[in-house]
Amino acid sequence: MAIQHSTGEAAIEVDNRERENGRATPNPADCVISFTGVSKSYIRNASRSLLRHRLTAWITRAPIERFSALRDVSFELYSGESLAVIGLNGAGKSTLLRLATGISAPDCGQVKVRGTMAALMELGAGFHPDLTGAENLVLNASLLGLSRSKTYEEFDSIVEFSGIRQFIDEPLRTYSSGMVLRLAFAVAVRVNPDILFVDEVLSVGDQGFQAKCVDEIKRLKNQGKTLVCVSHSSGILRDLCDRALWLEHGEVKMSGSMSEVLDSYERRPQPA
Amino acid sequence: MWDNNLIFLLQNLVLKDFRIRYRNMSLGVTWSVANPLLMMGILTFVFTRIFANPTVKHFALFALCALVPFNFYSLASNAGSTSLLDNQTLIKRVQCPRAVFPIASVLSSSLHFLIQIALLIFLLLVFGHKVNRYWLLLPPIWGMEVVFLCGMSLMTAALDIYYRDVRYLVEASGLVMFWMVPVFYSAAMIPKRYQEFYMLNPIAAVAVAGRQVLMDATRPSASLLVQLSVVSIAVLALGFMVFRWLERDFADYL
Repeated sequence: MAIQHSTGEAAIEVDNRERENGRATPNPADCVISFTGVSKSYIRNASRSLLRHRLTAWITRAPIERFSALRDVSFELYSGESLAVIGLNGAGKSTLLRLATGISAPDCGQVKVRGTMAALMELGAGFHPDLTGAENLVLNASLLGLSRSKTYEEFDSIVEFSGIRQFIDEPLRTYSSGMVLRLAFAVAVRVNPDILFVDEVLSVGDQGFQAKCVDEIKRLKNQGKTLVCVSHSSGILRDLCDRALWLEHGEVKMSGSMSEVLDSYERRPQPA
Repeated sequence: MWDNNLIFLLQNLVLKDFRIRYRNMSLGVTWSVANPLLMMGILTFVFTRIFANPTVKHFALFALCALVPFNFYSLASNAGSTSLLDNQTLIKRVQCPRAVFPIASVLSSSLHFLIQIALLIFLLLVFGHKVNRYWLLLPPIWGMEVVFLCGMSLMTAALDIYYRDVRYLVEASGLVMFWMVPVFYSAAMIPKRYQEFYMLNPIAAVAVAGRQVLMDATRPSASLLVQLSVVSIAVLALGFMVFRWLERDFADYL
């Protein structure tokens, strides 16, 4: 029987009940990600920031239009757990990841994250088409916070894992999107983060590489790393994650074990 | 440890800028040299043939001494002010200290500055100027311009995210700077009562001090050097403060 709640608070109750029923109560010291009553809104047209727009807004005293992306979201993730964040487009999944990775700051509430992290978001963000694969590899590793010695130490194993050794000195613009993904993924997992964020990217590579990625993520999971995956498709998620958080219109619709949440998510009323 | 990583990141970003710029230019580094030579040629023609200035010997070198710091200002301030927007995909997706972007952009422009300095020194030696002990003052003098531009770029890059007009102001400041730096006139021609105010501009101070060392083989006054250092370091400190204050909402405005 699927339990559905529309407020964040109620969802935590589900979470706690589930914890009492199934798992051992986790040690609070192992909490690696905690969101407490987190809300986030964006200013509409924030990027249209010409002085002219600000002046007209100020003169006409137009109210600042805000768009609420997350409302009162609370959850906790413990070391070694894997969480899937599911929901439709615009449900707030990416906003949640941006807050968790510290890229943007919440309007209210508290976000606490402990440990090093690497995010596998948007295919090869930070890659430049005119640089070679090897140059991009080194740049990306340093962007993810890898040290100089570690980068050169891991260089070969990253290239090996990516499986594109013969193209590594070619400019990135000659790569297919699958090859870019291979390289990006290889760098991100070799950074050896405590927490790995995966945002909708696994769908790009071919079957063989996808399986390799999933295996690699499982290996990290078995080492006790924490994992947060975002997707609106469920195949890989069911395989990778044990917990799930269902977001709808920026609110936590349901939170609990993977199968429980995914079952109700798949049985949600379809819009006509 | 994080500091070492930051230096590694900074180095990679500088290399990236430099590689990209030169891979897309068929003549590569030649442009860093051709641009000041062209300006020097035009200024020399105008100010020896049209508005002849008899008080200046070696007008071409005289102009180049000031053109080099001016060119660096114009290149670095423009690249610096757009550095955050140019790297917006990274800022929206990777959590790394954002202050590295404006600083990396100024440092990669510094490579062009170095090339132009090499050109200037080469020409000075060719035209018979001798190395003197005051040359030791030149690295810190030119270094202060890098410090000043890092501070300025931290401010303009951060403000440019909120008001995209900032880059046009910075562009316009390059034009103002061309006249407010003694490129084609000597510092001695500036009326006494404006001198102090005038030298508050670090680019003017760098140009004047550099010219005194390279052309006149004299030591720049201590007060000029102190003023240059104080203003540059103050601008850097202010730059970091403004940046920290604005940094929080960057990702939401991109």
